[in-house]
Amino acid sequence: MRVVAFAMIAAFAGAGAAAAFAGERPVELKPGPGLDKVEGNCGACHSLDYIPMNSPFLNAAGWNAEVTKMIEAFGAPIDDADAKAIVDYLAENYGT
Amino acid sequence: MVTRRWLVETAGAGVALAGSGLDLTLFAANAAGVAMSPGVPAGLDGAAAMAALPGKKPLIKLSYRPPNYESPLEYFDTPITPNDRFYVRYHLSDIPSIDAQTYKIAVGGEGVNGQTVITFDELKEFPAYEVVAVNQCSGNRRGLSKPHVAGVQWGYGAMGCARWKGARLKDLLDKVGLKKEAIEIAFNGADGPAFDKTPDFIKSLPVWKAIDESTLVAYGMNGEPLPHFNGYPARLIVPGWTGTYWMKHLVSINALTQPQGGFWMNPAYRIPVGKFPIVARFITQESATTTPITEMVVNSLITSHVDGARVKIGKITVRGLAWDGGYGIRTVEASTDGGQTWAAATLGDDLGRYGFRIWSFVFTAKPGKNTVTINATNKIGQTQTAALLFNSAGYHNNVMQSVTMNAA
Repeated sequence: MRVVAFAMIAAFAGAGAAAAFAGERPVELKPGPGLDKVEGNCGACHSLDYIPMNSPFLNAAGWNAEVTKMIEAFGAPIDDADAKAIVDYLAENYGT
Repeated sequence: MVTRRWLVETAGAGVALAGSGLDLTLFAANAAGVAMSPGVPAGLDGAAAMAALPGKKPLIKLSYRPPNYESPLEYFDTPITPNDRFYVRYHLSDIPSIDAQTYKIAVGGEGVNGQTVITFDELKEFPAYEVVAVNQCSGNRRGLSKPHVAGVQWGYGAMGCARWKGARLKDLLDKVGLKKEAIEIAFNGADGPAFDKTPDFIKSLPVWKAIDESTLVAYGMNGEPLPHFNGYPARLIVPGWTGTYWMKHLVSINALTQPQGGFWMNPAYRIPVGKFPIVARFITQESATTTPITEMVVNSLITSHVDGARVKIGKITVRGLAWDGGYGIRTVEASTDGGQTWAAATLGDDLGRYGFRIWSFVFTAKPGKNTVTINATNKIGQTQTAALLFNSAGYHNNVMQSVTMNAA
């Protein structure tokens, strides 16, 4: 029933856990500490264009709420240290 | 475990998926030339791109995975939105391609007397009905919210109107016999989460809406099969209600004697009680403070001109669309003096109370700036709002739209 093609994920720079979707292009985020955690964790379940799209109107508390939602409501397996690194990166680079 | 059931593009070359009708070779992304709706967040400027999913014309890509693509304004120049121009919205990114030959819909649950499985061929043997209906994402225009709220930052284009063809959901339920104890009918689609801990997208309707004669399990869209990204081979059609209930790739129908739980029923897709002039209630899901979003609010869109358009002095014809939650459009009015006086626009063909109603309005442009404001009223007297009724999810934005043109 399901016909699925697998592809080399390595083409999508840095997003180690992520697979690409039909027509998906790599989303370049701003360089900075924690970017690897963002790509490895966030990029596993969704493309990274969600981040610039929701900026720069979220502040640190707003980004923290989003990351918490991903962990608690969506079950993202992100440990506390990575979660903090992700929130810090988002607040610094895409926050108000 | 992160599942690997993506539709994946191999490096350089597209992959033709056997039997799916999908051709992944056709896509193009171009960050330049994206006409964003005015007022969306600044960050969207760099994130959005014109991109064509397989089988689609270029749409405004807001997110690749899950795919969220809105229709640009120029695709709304007709009251029926062509299939390849129709917007795409998914919550979860494991989207299988489905073979109609093996596709089945399971019908069952505690609220029915039996259970059955309906194949695609059997679905098409039920009496067929057609309805012209608007499908609009609950969060359409979220990107225009002030202050901005988190989520997919839709502009004006997370909507479309099609002529849908399918079987009545009521006829499917009658096959197994609905019990009087049934309170909701729940739906699941073949798409699922990328990660197994993420809640699957499951939605329910109150029985009264599920058995409405206009609620269909549709396999036809504008005389063609549904596009893959609009729910092939069959999806739920819930005329008047926002898109969240229109389950794509429908694979299960469950009659419930208890309210459906889960993230997507609560806290997602909720509006504050009493905030909006809503008639259609979903009583078994209501809480003291929130209630599920149900019917669409009356709304309109100017399709002929954008803010800042340059026009010639003299007669100008402004055109657009109006729609509501299924009561039908009574009037569309226009003001060229900031809302002091209003004149009726001319309504176009009536495709049914659930469809887009086209309208046009002629005025004489004076030298300089000319601002046209539009307000639609439905047949139960509801109108658009002058100011945003803010809510944290950015739903039901039906603020009257104004377009300012420069005439010379």
